[in-house]
Amino acid sequence: MKLTVDGLLVYFPYDYIYPEQYAYMLELKRALDAKGHGLLEMPSGTGKTISLLSLIVAYMIHNPHHVRKLIYCSRTVPEIEKVLEELKNLIKYYEKCQGETPNITGLVLSSRKNLCIHPDVSREREGKLVDGKCHSLTASYIRERHEMDDSIPICQFYEGFNREGKESMLPYGVYTMDDLKQYGADRNWCPYFLSRFAIIHAEIVVYSYHYLLDPKIAEVVSKELNKEAVVVFDEAHNIDNVCIDSLSVKITRRTIDKSTQALQTLEKAVAELKQEDASRLTAEYEQMVEGLREAAVARDTDLILANPILPDEVLDEVVPGNIRNAEHFLGFLKRFIEYLKMRLRTQHVVQESPAGLLKDLSARVCLERKPLRFCAARLQALLRTLQVADPAAFGALTLVAHLATLAATYTRGFVVIVEPYDDRHTLSNPVLHFSCMDSSIAMRPVFARFQSVIITSGTLSPLDMYPKILDFNPVIMSSFTMTLARPCILPMIVSKGSDQVAISSKYESREDVAVIRNYGQLLVEISSCVPDGVVCFFTSYMYLESVVGAWYDQGVVASLQRHKLLFIETQDSAETSFALINYIKACESGRGGVLLSVARGKVSEGVDFDHHLGRAVLMFGIPYVFTQSRILKARLDYLRDQFQIRENDFLTFDAMRHAAQCVGRVLRGKTDYGIMIFADKRFSRADKRSKLPRWIQEHLRDSLCNLSTEEAVQISKRWLRQMAQPFTREDQLGVSLLTLQQLQSQEQQDKIEKQVIQK
Amino acid sequence: MTTSSEDVLLSVGHVRYKKGDGTLYVMNQRLAWMMENRDTVAVSHKYADIKTQKISPAGKPKVQLQVVLHDGTCSTFHFVNPAGADAQAKDRDQVKMLLQNLLPKFKRQIDGELEMKSRLLSLHPTLKHLYEDLVISKVINSEEYWNTPTLKHYTESTNMKQEAGVSGAFLADIQPQTDGCNGLKYNLTQDIIDAIFKTYPAVRKKHVDYVPNKMTEAEFWTKFFQSHYFHRDRIASSSSKDLFGECAKMDDQAIASAMKHTTLDLTVDLPQFTEPVPLLPEEDSGEKEKDGTSIHRSMIKRFNQHSIMVLKASHKTNSSSSSNSSSKTTNNNKVENGMKETNGVEKRPTTDKDPAEPVDKKRRIMEKLHYEDLDSINSGQDAQELKLSKVERYLLGPASQVSQSSTSTNNPPPLSALASVCQAWSSGQQCQRPVRVSAAAAVGALGELSPGGALMRQHHAACMAQLVPQDVKSELNRLYLSGGELLRELWRCFPQPGASNDSEDTPARAEKFYEALLRFRNVKLRPFEEKMLRDLTPLATSLTRHMNQMIDTACAKYALWQQRQAKLR
Repeated sequence: MKLTVDGLLVYFPYDYIYPEQYAYMLELKRALDAKGHGLLEMPSGTGKTISLLSLIVAYMIHNPHHVRKLIYCSRTVPEIEKVLEELKNLIKYYEKCQGETPNITGLVLSSRKNLCIHPDVSREREGKLVDGKCHSLTASYIRERHEMDDSIPICQFYEGFNREGKESMLPYGVYTMDDLKQYGADRNWCPYFLSRFAIIHAEIVVYSYHYLLDPKIAEVVSKELNKEAVVVFDEAHNIDNVCIDSLSVKITRRTIDKSTQALQTLEKAVAELKQEDASRLTAEYEQMVEGLREAAVARDTDLILANPILPDEVLDEVVPGNIRNAEHFLGFLKRFIEYLKMRLRTQHVVQESPAGLLKDLSARVCLERKPLRFCAARLQALLRTLQVADPAAFGALTLVAHLATLAATYTRGFVVIVEPYDDRHTLSNPVLHFSCMDSSIAMRPVFARFQSVIITSGTLSPLDMYPKILDFNPVIMSSFTMTLARPCILPMIVSKGSDQVAISSKYESREDVAVIRNYGQLLVEISSCVPDGVVCFFTSYMYLESVVGAWYDQGVVASLQRHKLLFIETQDSAETSFALINYIKACESGRGGVLLSVARGKVSEGVDFDHHLGRAVLMFGIPYVFTQSRILKARLDYLRDQFQIRENDFLTFDAMRHAAQCVGRVLRGKTDYGIMIFADKRFSRADKRSKLPRWIQEHLRDSLCNLSTEEAVQISKRWLRQMAQPFTREDQLGVSLLTLQQLQSQEQQDKIEKQVIQK
Repeated sequence: MTTSSEDVLLSVGHVRYKKGDGTLYVMNQRLAWMMENRDTVAVSHKYADIKTQKISPAGKPKVQLQVVLHDGTCSTFHFVNPAGADAQAKDRDQVKMLLQNLLPKFKRQIDGELEMKSRLLSLHPTLKHLYEDLVISKVINSEEYWNTPTLKHYTESTNMKQEAGVSGAFLADIQPQTDGCNGLKYNLTQDIIDAIFKTYPAVRKKHVDYVPNKMTEAEFWTKFFQSHYFHRDRIASSSSKDLFGECAKMDDQAIASAMKHTTLDLTVDLPQFTEPVPLLPEEDSGEKEKDGTSIHRSMIKRFNQHSIMVLKASHKTNSSSSSNSSSKTTNNNKVENGMKETNGVEKRPTTDKDPAEPVDKKRRIMEKLHYEDLDSINSGQDAQELKLSKVERYLLGPASQVSQSSTSTNNPPPLSALASVCQAWSSGQQCQRPVRVSAAAAVGALGELSPGGALMRQHHAACMAQLVPQDVKSELNRLYLSGGELLRELWRCFPQPGASNDSEDTPARAEKFYEALLRFRNVKLRPFEEKMLRDLTPLATSLTRHMNQMIDTACAKYALWQQRQAKLR
């Protein structure tokens, strides 16, 4: 349908529309008009993606000078593929209505592993290996050598692209990974570099968070993107963690060992080069004197990782004298590694600021701050000079260099923690964390650079937390609920077992036999009355393991197996994938399955259990993050001091967003339905309940907040019977589904206006 | 005297039986021997009575043939053809071959039915109960019993045995019993053994290897129950003593290879979900912690494997049975419910550019994307069809089978009646039916009437179930079973609307079952009620109230019908 959103003609590739989609577009348009940032929460399964795309594409077509580009960031590869397919649908709809393709190019950028079409290289399953092999075929010096000697292999696809690809633009249209590969294969062009090149001019770019948030990658990939762009972070409920991870470094003993090895290799290489061809080293030295800017000229194939620090912190100065010489630099690095080794040898936990680390460094091994800041860039330059074939072997060393640069650059918002032991064990496994505590550091340049940044997800409650921790000022901040013609979610808080023992995963009682038994009983009862798939989430993997052990002894596992097949998430993701696919098979064959999984695990973050794959989801306990972690404690302190966020508020916020994320997995679309059980007494407290997304809260009536197992089962049975009735469009129409006429009626418009909750 | 109607298929002279020479006749129905120069048959065995035949070994001087009867007696015929040993052997072989062809035909006819009946009874405890209640207590006779529709259903459906899947909990269901002196006893049935073999091919292999050459069946299973394999909370011992030590390894390998050969669905391929930061060393996930939790870890792995293998076992049988059934055209129990068998699992393409992969991937994504309610056209052509080989079975339930088989007695099939009613509905015609409540209201009412609903506040179904002791419950269950059977039979005798099947025997049948019902009430129900009055006073009447009500209704209906019949005459 073609609808008008606040005066803007929007092509929407469906015949009907959900009221909240319209409301979402309205709000989104306001953000774009104001050239500001927005924070939008809309339940999963209400067609967020298509609303976003429809509106922004329409906006771009009508205001080409206002918004030139859409950068759509999503978290997982399947999500990215879905976005592209939706975009394809939309463009197809434009074609159908207008008779011609709109002048829009949309494409994806993914890692080499996903895009490579080289017959040998693409066979590798691991991303690291693909990157390494690709580098060894496309690096500039390899290609130079190939000029001289034909026997040195190069990549024909890159050569093809290099010769012809840069002159032409991609024809208008939408390119998924497979389309790019096909396009590349037809022309003998490398799809990866084609995509890297094409995103500079393409109107719509879809890629993963890292390509924009992680300075190491963003500097390589996204540097030249237009600033008059709308950036969308979808599934952004965890965006702060992504920011933090991209600026944090973890050094273990293995990293040290490996980097020592790498250093020795480099030393040898330098010594050899000195004898054979000293001129190259001299040339490098000259370059260092000229300044690092020279490095920017380096070919795009040579650079895989850039400086780990944000662009505004990178120094435009010449490299300090004491590390210009290759041998001196290696000596410098060696001292740094020895220092780290010494630090790892401690017997007690040390926590200090980066400034403390720097001071200690200069006092003990005479390493000054300035040369340290250049470490990462200097190492890059050296690796290039030495023409290292496989940069993957120097990963550990690169990491150490990054640590040096980061530590010397940032003095605020970071913390250094050395832990001689594991968190929970007494095993000696020393780790040095250089951890970022402030998610706004990585976010700030993005907010500053791009015109509009939209952060959206199904679960962003409480909304006011995000502007604080990401340190930005949204012009629009809204939460939308789901209009429903029937109550297709049934959230319940089960606070006690049949024996009236309170159930809770709080630390004191989680190992209590009665609690574990009651959890088991709840699951057995639910799985005996709910058809097809049942998914459970535990607070941690440790807890899952111990509960399963206890359940086996108590016979819970046996009675579960009588009703459904049992599958359990493991720490091995390949194994888990296989279990998952079998879980799906079990659900589809009618046997039904129970999946035990972990909140914050990979399953909870990326897999949808729509329709029969998840008719009920149980959340056993509140998924608090492991609170004894020192990194977390440091971050909590920082948040309290810097942003005035109380520890408990943040912990609850974090736990509840994960709980919501887990239970939200079951619902996709209004024709779907699912039971959501929060099995912990503490969920019924106001501070927890009020932090659930509004669309869940609305259905969580007071009468559902303090149930025992059998009450919950009885309510579920009745509800399932209602849900099993035929559900037709007529039931939905006018309430949760609108035609164009209905949408345009004044009454409906007012209603939609009212629905939006603005904060 | 030989009956003239019988064809003599073969007659062989020079056959000695009990020192008398004579002729052996192989006839249609029996084997007969006549003394020379007599016209009476000295020996006559019906083929049906003959269990087996035996012949003397080739090297023996006497050429003989022996038939063994079911009752254990046997008759030996000695072939004494004067033409020599070769001719004797030839005579004997002729007879032997002929008998070989004839005997099996008769064998099946006779005991096939009986055997099937007894097997049915032993297989289905409910049927056995029914048999005991109805036949042994002389409520109805045996023949009537076997003709009841439920039984018909059983007898017919079991002709084609449907392969049962494997229960997920079969291992857990083997409950050990203590024998009182520090020992455990496990009860294994053939079903469980089958399930174990089906699910764990490795155990089957071991079984083939070891039983009965190296150990007895019992020893094998004892070892099985002692192994960690059965007790999943035990760590696998690496010692070679454990028979099943390598089974676990074989399972691991099987799963690993299955993992390798399964293309993971895009939406569940966890390792591919995130785009890794290039070059940087990944988290060391390789380090396996060997501590207290690893026992749980291996157990979890084992649970996953168990479920996967159970699923695999039932899938295998699915595919084999469906291929069987499609080859048999006569079989009427074939139900293809339209499930695809390999959903999302395809062999990993050998090359990356296999065209099948992107297409499938795209289909998966589209499936995930599609909002069915936002689109105006419901893409009906994509929907999977429910294939029914017997539509009427689906519509009317298994009971219609009887009317199926009785179509020979020119009953018009009830299907047509149903079809016409359906047509009337769909074309919006007003049928002669009272206006019923809407589906939603009906469900609402049902909900209110089930435990927890508004109308069931006072009443707790659970308390009734708790008050009645287990044995009484099962007895009541049996009563319902047998009573229900009789009631159904009786109701079936009444003329059905839309089908004018006034065949002559219905009144007689009705009368028979009416009487059987009354007998049932006297012989079974009354004693039960009396017993309840003694034992369970507060509940006694309420327990059988419903049963009595059903019987009364049926009787009233019968009386009414009798009246009408009488008027018609």
